[in-house]
Amino acid sequence: MTATRRAADTLILLVGLVVLWEILHRIAGETAMPAPLSTFAYLVHNLATPRFIANLTTTGLELGYALLLAYGIGLAVGVWLGAHRLSGAVGEPILVSLYSLPKITLYPVVLLIFGLGISGKVAFGALHGVLPVALLTTGAIRAIPPVYLRAARTLQLSPWQTITTVLLPAALPEVFTGLRIGFTVTLLGVLLGEMFASKEGLGAMIINALQLAQGEEMMTVAIVLFAFAALANGLLLFVEHRLRRI
Amino acid sequence: MAIMTRIGLIRLVVIAALIGALELACRTGLIDHRIIIAPSEMASALWTLLASGSLDADIARTLGLIGLVTALSIVLGFAAGIAIHALPRLREALDPFFATYYAVPVFIFYPVLIAIFGLSLMPIVLIGVATAIVAMIIATLNGLDRVPRVLDKVARVHRLGRIATALQLQLPAAAPYLFTGIKLAVSYGFIAVIAAEFILSPAGLGRDIADAYADFNNRRMYALILFLLIVATLINAVLHGLDMRFAARRSGGRA
Repeated sequence: MTATRRAADTLILLVGLVVLWEILHRIAGETAMPAPLSTFAYLVHNLATPRFIANLTTTGLELGYALLLAYGIGLAVGVWLGAHRLSGAVGEPILVSLYSLPKITLYPVVLLIFGLGISGKVAFGALHGVLPVALLTTGAIRAIPPVYLRAARTLQLSPWQTITTVLLPAALPEVFTGLRIGFTVTLLGVLLGEMFASKEGLGAMIINALQLAQGEEMMTVAIVLFAFAALANGLLLFVEHRLRRI
Repeated sequence: MAIMTRIGLIRLVVIAALIGALELACRTGLIDHRIIIAPSEMASALWTLLASGSLDADIARTLGLIGLVTALSIVLGFAAGIAIHALPRLREALDPFFATYYAVPVFIFYPVLIAIFGLSLMPIVLIGVATAIVAMIIATLNGLDRVPRVLDKVARVHRLGRIATALQLQLPAAAPYLFTGIKLAVSYGFIAVIAAEFILSPAGLGRDIADAYADFNNRRMYALILFLLIVATLINAVLHGLDMRFAARRSGGRA
């Protein structure tokens, strides 16, 4: 009963947001802020057009490559800093201070190194994602009870076997938290990359729509991105809760 | 203690070695100066730029904006947190929004704000507050949740009024959590303002970097990047220091 009431309250808030949107539309005018209804109509008509799908595919590809890099490098660095005490003590504070820097200042450097194409945006996305993955993996591995490692030594496991059969399974729930946060910031990084000096992808579409004063397109892309990010996060959270229960 | 300093020393050596390697690679031409300039050149370029005074207006504008955004987010977020805490039903309805808020790229709304308000300070302030305020609201809710129940009784025993209870008992008890919110608000505000300036803005340090990049003016660009990284590192160091003091007080209170 409380669950349904809570869901109803959340729904009321969502409706309230749409009403707020409509009010903003009335104040700001058609070009700056299109009405919710016309935006949804635009969304339905344009979602399946080749242009939209091409940009969606570009962003999806960039996100995929960036995640691959961020997860691969982040996990490797995290396992290293978590398992090797001295490296961890030396390296972790460096990663923490890098994590809190505004990465956008480094985007021109990334562009100079990787160029204006897809690789620049991939590298920039990965730059965002790699640090939380590495940091949470480090923490997760360090939190493993030492007795597990002693057991691995007793069983004479190789370093690789120790990592895959002892360290990773024990650290999995927290590592997965890192992967989820990594996903969020990598997506943000890819989109920021697309919003600057790029012609392809959803981020570029929004900037382009701004210049052409196409409010419906801006809101459509924003809604698609919000829905995608919220869904992906919900899915990853679901998996995370399952992992924690095991 | 001896181990701490040894690790600190190794860290310093590692960082120095990395910078030294970059310096060497740039000086020997292994890294093209059109891609990265030597760290020593970045520093000297920044020095010249700062000494010329031509950057003062943009520094004042950008740091002022960050200050404004942070202050607004902290004050409004704190007030909103208190209001939401007092309304449990609203809070339950808002929980899913809070849980998803930092998972969706809110920044994507920046162009929409420009379409509404034009290319002025308003979109930057709004996107900055939108990015930073929710962290403060969540931190305020967390802090208020963790005010021990026993303090209610303490207040009654000492016959404290509502305001005295809030100021003398509840605020100090929630302070460490509030500080976490302040810390996040500062760093989110910083990132959002710089990102907004960088992507589309009439002026500011972020815009300067984008311009220098477009002009292939690497000395200026790297000087500006170095400046922002130094400012960000200093702010983080101060916040980290304060955080350590709060942490010490927290563990002291527990012991």
